Amino acid sequence: MSSDINPASSGISGALTGLFRRPEVGAFMGMVLVFAFFSYFGADRNFLTPFGTSSWVNAASTIGIIAIPIGFLMIAGELDISIGAVVPAAKMTMAIVCGFYGQSIFVGLLATFAIAGMIGWINGTIVVRTKVPSLIVTLATLFSVSGLTLFLSLMLTDTTSQALTSPDWAKALFGSYHFWGFQSSVFWWLGLSAVLYYVLHLSPWGNWIFALGGDKESARNAGIPIDRLKIGLFMLASMAAALSGVCETVLSNSATTTTNFALIFNTIIAVVVGGVLLTGGFGTVAGVFFGTATLAIVQQGIGYTPFDRNLSSLIIGVMLLIAVLMNDSFRIMATNWSSKKK
Amino acid sequence: MSKAVLELRNVNKSFGPIDVLHDISLKVRAGEVLCLLGDNGAGKSTLIKTLAGVHKPTSGQMLMDGEPVTFERPRDAADRGIATVHQFGGTFPLMSVGRSFFVGMEPTKGIGPFKVFDRDKANAVAVRAVQEFGITRITDGDRLIGGLSGGERQSLAIARALHFGARVLILDEPTAALGVKQASHVLRVVMEARKRGIAVIFITHQVTHAMAVGDHFAVLIRGALAAEFARGEKSREEITDLMAGGEALANLGADVEAYMASHAGHPPPPQH
Repeated sequence: MSSDINPASSGISGALTGLFRRPEVGAFMGMVLVFAFFSYFGADRNFLTPFGTSSWVNAASTIGIIAIPIGFLMIAGELDISIGAVVPAAKMTMAIVCGFYGQSIFVGLLATFAIAGMIGWINGTIVVRTKVPSLIVTLATLFSVSGLTLFLSLMLTDTTSQALTSPDWAKALFGSYHFWGFQSSVFWWLGLSAVLYYVLHLSPWGNWIFALGGDKESARNAGIPIDRLKIGLFMLASMAAALSGVCETVLSNSATTTTNFALIFNTIIAVVVGGVLLTGGFGTVAGVFFGTATLAIVQQGIGYTPFDRNLSSLIIGVMLLIAVLMNDSFRIMATNWSSKKK
Repeated sequence: MSKAVLELRNVNKSFGPIDVLHDISLKVRAGEVLCLLGDNGAGKSTLIKTLAGVHKPTSGQMLMDGEPVTFERPRDAADRGIATVHQFGGTFPLMSVGRSFFVGMEPTKGIGPFKVFDRDKANAVAVRAVQEFGITRITDGDRLIGGLSGGERQSLAIARALHFGARVLILDEPTAALGVKQASHVLRVVMEARKRGIAVIFITHQVTHAMAVGDHFAVLIRGALAAEFARGEKSREEITDLMAGGEALANLGADVEAYMASHAGHPPPPQH
């Protein structure tokens, strides 16, 4: 009996099966394609230099830190667009606590992550309790948080932007340029990707997230605390947004209250280009990682080519459409593929 | 006769003013298949949900091994060994066989906080468990559930329930969406479960499937038990007629034809 068990797929059909089961392969090939394209047209304009490389890697890191937790939420069948307001809220909290009130960075971090965690908790709790679609719930918190940030900033400091000077250790940790011009956030992005890769693909929690997105009722019947898990994922997304905000603030020594609407779309594009299914239940950390990189290469790389900057949005639009279509056909193939046709 | 594993005594269930289950008394013993037959809306789903701890009976008693039990939530029923497998297997189309088999009870390896999902073990156990039920086509634990046939999914779900120690297996229309061959696969799995001494409650409206595996039959009409009988006591036609609420289905065809002949080819209006 056990001799029939085929532990590892073998041969060409096995390799093919493996490919179909791995959405990050598609995302990786997309990234290579885009990178080759911009390398060809941008090579003589410094795209491949350390400066050119760090420009897109830095841009990728600020999106990527948030995109992976958003990918988790999408795998679990939810969405969070309130991050567009959480980032400025985190930046202002940091700048007001440390810059305006002169508290230590440590206190600022504590306040920032506490507030972000609370916003995530509110998002999650409302979604879990009311069954209102998370798009609407987080749209409401997006506007609430953005309004509150503006109101409180004006009330407390009488201005909508605030300067912040950080000690050297905080600079090095969150916001300075390292070798090749890489920002500190690049290392946070890499670290967070590694940790979240472990969570999604290696730890038992990852199985819960997939199960939650695959079939909520069956997941509940299997004894998974789905409400707590969902609230936790919303908190993770908010706190990741806060981390991205902290890095930006410490780097630029200032914060403004402006809501970052573009970031909302960028994270969703990165996640979808990374092969996460809009319908939930499937996706990989590596895919989202490559998706983020692809997006950043197009957005930053266009400046190193002779093409008009505005064309980057066109490329991204087309890319997104292709990705969605590919994801869908992947889903159909993956669910119909059997390793042994008899 | 051995003692009943699960027994209902005069169970009533109403949602507000609406009576859904009326005075239901049922027993199922170990190694026995109880077929619960009924048309749509007869109260089958409510009965299953009551057994599985989703609903609490309004009045009446539930007993396991002769002791009264109350289930506050589905988890309580699951802890007592009552497992429900739904029509589509309750599985996750985009998860692998191994991963979905162990959802909520993942085997891990490693030390301390760095526990890692043991994929090899999960795959091997899942594949072995389902192969023991005669589904030998599943050989690769990495295969996605969505790539399995409906019958294989059902069989996998049943194998999963039994692997985790189910004593009472509630099958909610497991063959409803399946073709003839797939359905016979599932029926064979049901027989294997019975042989292992599991008490099976098999809900269906397909009389042929019920008669293939059932030891006891109960017909549910509008929330009440209309008939209860053992294997071989009633013919297929009698059971079908019972399910249709006592109206003889056999005469239906002749009646319709007569009506159509005298009404310019129009079928008769439905009767209640």
